[in-house]
Amino acid sequence: MTVRSYTSTSQWARAVNLVQMKPLLYCFVVVLLIAASLLVGATGVGLTSLLTDPDAREIFLISRLPRSAALVLAGASSAIMGAIVQRLVSNHFVEPSTMGTVDSAGFGLLAGLLFLPDAPPMWRMVIAAAGAWLGTAMFLLLLRSVPMRSPLMPPLLGIAFGGIIGSATSFIAYRFDLMQAMSSWMTADFSVVLSGRYELLYVAGGITLLGWFAADRFTLAGMGDDIARGLGLNPTMVLAIGITIVAVVTGAIVVTVGFIPFLGLIVPNLIARWRGDNLRRSLPLVAWLGAVMTLACDIFGRLIFHPFDLPIGVTMGVLGAVIFLWLLLKRFG
Amino acid sequence: MIRVESLTKTYAGSTVVDIDALHLPQGGVTAIIGPNGAGKSTLLSMIGRLEIPSTGRVLLDGQDVRTFRNNTLARRLAVLKQDNTLAARLTVHDLVAFGRYPYSRGRPTQEDREQIDAALDLVGLQDFRYRFLDELSGGQRQRAFIAMVLAQDTEYALFDEPLNSLDINHAVGVMRLLGHAADEMGKTVVVVLHDLNFAARHADHIIAMQAGKVVEAGPVARIIREDLLRRLYDTGLTVTTRNNRVFVDVFG
Repeated sequence: MTVRSYTSTSQWARAVNLVQMKPLLYCFVVVLLIAASLLVGATGVGLTSLLTDPDAREIFLISRLPRSAALVLAGASSAIMGAIVQRLVSNHFVEPSTMGTVDSAGFGLLAGLLFLPDAPPMWRMVIAAAGAWLGTAMFLLLLRSVPMRSPLMPPLLGIAFGGIIGSATSFIAYRFDLMQAMSSWMTADFSVVLSGRYELLYVAGGITLLGWFAADRFTLAGMGDDIARGLGLNPTMVLAIGITIVAVVTGAIVVTVGFIPFLGLIVPNLIARWRGDNLRRSLPLVAWLGAVMTLACDIFGRLIFHPFDLPIGVTMGVLGAVIFLWLLLKRFG
Repeated sequence: MIRVESLTKTYAGSTVVDIDALHLPQGGVTAIIGPNGAGKSTLLSMIGRLEIPSTGRVLLDGQDVRTFRNNTLARRLAVLKQDNTLAARLTVHDLVAFGRYPYSRGRPTQEDREQIDAALDLVGLQDFRYRFLDELSGGQRQRAFIAMVLAQDTEYALFDEPLNSLDINHAVGVMRLLGHAADEMGKTVVVVLHDLNFAARHADHIIAMQAGKVVEAGPVARIIREDLLRRLYDTGLTVTTRNNRVFVDVFG
């Protein structure tokens, strides 16, 4: 399985390198977007009202601040999960939602709702993560038994596999009258984020950081079993660590804000075109772009039909689809 | 010293490698030759512990290669398989730096950096170090992979058909590199080769394989003989000597 059609991009990459930004500038962009995210909303919260009006302060602390934090955490970790699984499967077209991970997390979530309806969020996350882990492992086993002639094969297989699990989930949810609950869990929506309901995302952030420490192992595993083993790595072990990280983070995101479509697919690809796939170098950029895109899409969704909120699934879906098409055309054109 | 003891490898009932005993000489370049399906690559993979033997074992200084700790063995023996197309987009520097992974575990020291530099110098890719591998020619890419193996700084370096899809200019360059690694850096280089003239010219020892077995092994002069090679490849090739140099004419 080989994916190599970046050859014509060097000029593009060089052009970007000309305007290579400094880390400070990256931070500035994120801070700017966070500030915008904090100040945009149905109720006007300005800097002055924040100081004088206790109601505004309460809205700020209970809703705005958590929402912005959730956007940054979920955006950065989703993008990083995409980058990690792309290395683990050695394929640029997979992400947690095209390899059954998200659907399996949904299945786990449903199992939790059915059997432990009063479970605290932490437990819900654990059950969703367990589902995600099993589903991902099944997908990887499936992948080994199918000949890989085309780089599009793994994601297609994963989408079909995820579809089956998703259908089973829907069927069971329908039988137990949980369709509504499930769809509100699964669709990415940051308007529901309130203080006390999103803190699990800090767990996701922490585990993602752990993934960054193992970055070299993931990059090495993505160079193929023979090279990895020749350099003293145990690829199976790395795969196990990788799926565990991805499953826990996906579980945490699914039970808090819902999985953001396309993010894990396009962000690592954009960064790979620009800076390559060496995760130690690229993961900070992947996290940055993931956070920036999530913040931007959410702010746009809040402004376009002001004072109504367009869910991020819609805005990111449109933007992501356009970028993904562009990436595909670049690659195969 | 690498020794092979009653080594066999069986895939789905058919035996690909079946060697009673084989001893790879220390130092120099050892070429493994033989027709397609002779089991050359499988033997190389088993020596490099990338494949598990069905029976028997490979001994490195008397110890079974499979009983080494992964990291310990990676500092003593490097192996490069053929067809190294990466799905990852890495720079030459990234790749060569990963050759130091058994030592640095991702945190390169000054010595690691020096080794990376030396390897890049040796293969002549210093000017290309920040280029992505998919922007290089086939010959440059192959040299980058060889630099990775050199940076790994092992006593033993195994290469599976490193000349595949290289033009003659690059093929000669790669063989000179391997010769340099053996003669100047004191490595034991084992290389699977298809081109008999390359084997005759650049190797010190040759192992001739056929149908999973070692037909003959020894210094070049003992293997590059008309009767032996005709039998080995079942073709009417001729071997001539001109100016003390051996030439194999595969057209007979």
